[in-house]
Amino acid sequence: MVAKFDLTDDSVVVVIGTGAGGGVLSNELAQKGVKVVALEAGGRYLPEDYINDEWESFGQLAWTDPRTTSGDWRVARDFSGLPAWIVKAVGGTTTHWAGASIRFQEHEWKALSTYGAVEGANLLDWPIDAAEMAPWYEKAEAKLGVTRTGDRAGLPGNNNFKVFEKGAKALGYTEVHTGRMAINSADYDDRMACQQTGFCFQGCKWGAKWSAAYTDIPRGEATGNLEVRDHAHVARILHDESGKVTGVEYFDKDGNLQMQKARIVCVAGNSFESPRLLLNSASEMFPNGLANSSDQVGRNYMRHTTGSVYAVFEKPVRMWRGTTMAGIVQDEAHHDPSRGFVGGYELETLSLGIPFMAAFLNPGGWGRSFTTALDSYENMAGMWIVGEDMPQATNRVTLSDVKDQWGLPVANVHFSDHPNDVAMRNHAYKQGMAIYEAVGATRTFPTPPYPSTHNLGTNRMSEKPEDGVCNKWGQTHDIANLFISDGSQFTTGAAENPTLTIVALAIRQADFIAREMAVGSI
Amino acid sequence: MSKIERQGLTRRALLARSVAAGALVVAGAGFIAAPNAAWAVEVRVISEHQMATLVQMARDIYPHDRIADQFYAIAVKGYDAEERKALVEEGVAALDAAAQAAGHADYVSMGWEEDRVKILQAMEDSGFFQTVRGGLVTGLYNQKEVWPIFGYEGESFSQGGYIERGFDDINWL
Repeated sequence: MVAKFDLTDDSVVVVIGTGAGGGVLSNELAQKGVKVVALEAGGRYLPEDYINDEWESFGQLAWTDPRTTSGDWRVARDFSGLPAWIVKAVGGTTTHWAGASIRFQEHEWKALSTYGAVEGANLLDWPIDAAEMAPWYEKAEAKLGVTRTGDRAGLPGNNNFKVFEKGAKALGYTEVHTGRMAINSADYDDRMACQQTGFCFQGCKWGAKWSAAYTDIPRGEATGNLEVRDHAHVARILHDESGKVTGVEYFDKDGNLQMQKARIVCVAGNSFESPRLLLNSASEMFPNGLANSSDQVGRNYMRHTTGSVYAVFEKPVRMWRGTTMAGIVQDEAHHDPSRGFVGGYELETLSLGIPFMAAFLNPGGWGRSFTTALDSYENMAGMWIVGEDMPQATNRVTLSDVKDQWGLPVANVHFSDHPNDVAMRNHAYKQGMAIYEAVGATRTFPTPPYPSTHNLGTNRMSEKPEDGVCNKWGQTHDIANLFISDGSQFTTGAAENPTLTIVALAIRQADFIAREMAVGSI
Repeated sequence: MSKIERQGLTRRALLARSVAAGALVVAGAGFIAAPNAAWAVEVRVISEHQMATLVQMARDIYPHDRIADQFYAIAVKGYDAEERKALVEEGVAALDAAAQAAGHADYVSMGWEEDRVKILQAMEDSGFFQTVRGGLVTGLYNQKEVWPIFGYEGESFSQGGYIERGFDDINWL
């Protein structure tokens, strides 16, 4: 029985966004008997709806509402209206994500203490640590069915992995395997095993990859405690004279402005929309936006130090066949300042089809240097760099002069690399190219970062209220019944793909909210 | 087909040339596809010379020697439209003026790709060049018919993925 709550029901928890943060939080709360209204800006798509065609799928799932960009990152030049490749749909970016599910390393919870102050960086320790997160990670791994955790076997390696593995081992790397993936290597939790189809980024048509769209969302709805309203674009969070939030205004699927009352509001719209919403909710009482007494809302935007390395070989690889990202080298993920930078990076297998390769291999590139690369597409292997980038106060989301279809100011995303980011990326390019050269690559391509998929840090968690937006539970320092529930609460980014940590934090936050509601403290 | 022939195409049978097996389906205003080993394009708003220049320019921007002209023509067919006529007229005139300054009759009659590329490099920042180049990224590479030329297989779900069809069949490592 799917619940239907009244707009005037002020006992519900309103969750904004239904991805790894909001989708999981909604279900976890519903399982505990908490009534939840989840508002999702996008529509509903299930595996039978997903399209295994890169541009067509992009048109179906991607967030393409306007955004603006600034800063010296190349994305601002090549994809000025598309700073991120994330999803607008029920289940959020868990439809698109590659499935890589690795825990933070212990020291990454304490970046400032471990790395020391880094000039130009706004480093901070998380107010939580590895020991505190361990049980939540375990729950998250069980929920997602992460391979190589519990008793779950690893995925088999595809052609792209085999090239990557052989080169990595030739270089002396030892932490090389097919990854800890939220993609089933055997049937698990009513989801089938991976069929090596490729197109992990376009939504898994087998449902072998975990996505909130067909796990947490329907399971939450089945409790009778969760109502998901799709095509509901939240415009503003409202508050009363005491400074507590009281509900949200949103545009419904017919474009009508509605007001849903709430006991608690949880923001999980990813790291652009979440701060944008807090800033767009400015009022007489909170002229700089909600939860922004620290002036940290929107700041410290992180996107991981990324980049790709592609290489051409004498003979075919056919990298697109099989699981897109089932391959990792973790030897460079450790903190080793002798390399000339703090923090570390992961190398993970990656492939793009011809349409996206043409768009992303060297945006703006043309002529034979570019086209001869594509001519060798069949003989190409590829990997992605994921490294810890430095939080910087000036890398931030602000409100743009541009308005969206609802007349609301859109997010401007300003980003410039920190010198540490540049040093790390250059190191990773060199190592990535060496991996492929060790197995006979005839040509390598250090490929620039794509529009961001890992968007972090714009409402960060901090011990002290003046350093960030929310506390160790994701509860905003300023407003007790307003929570941050997505990757925007990340204090620092670590080197790992963020979804597993977002899910673990959401499960933990649900536990906290339900407990506090039960004792009546919020 | 020589450069001269490319310029001298008739209105109805512009760009006739042999294609690989299989009927080409070209559904677009002004374009007519011949099913057997030849194809044609009809222009309605811009001139034949302008269309031929656009096709040559498209190939010079993204030269793939194994991709036939027809796919470049499909990629630029949208420029045969009222709202883009001025852009094309101005852009092609600039290309031809640069070619004439270098001692050629016009852009398409320049024999060497390197010479044409020099002209394109000089106008790389122009709106015309960037519009044409940007449009080609999807206009050319998102044609399913060109994917097999690169060896790309497209979707595999309808065939059950690659789990039993070679996801790990690499044999030269």
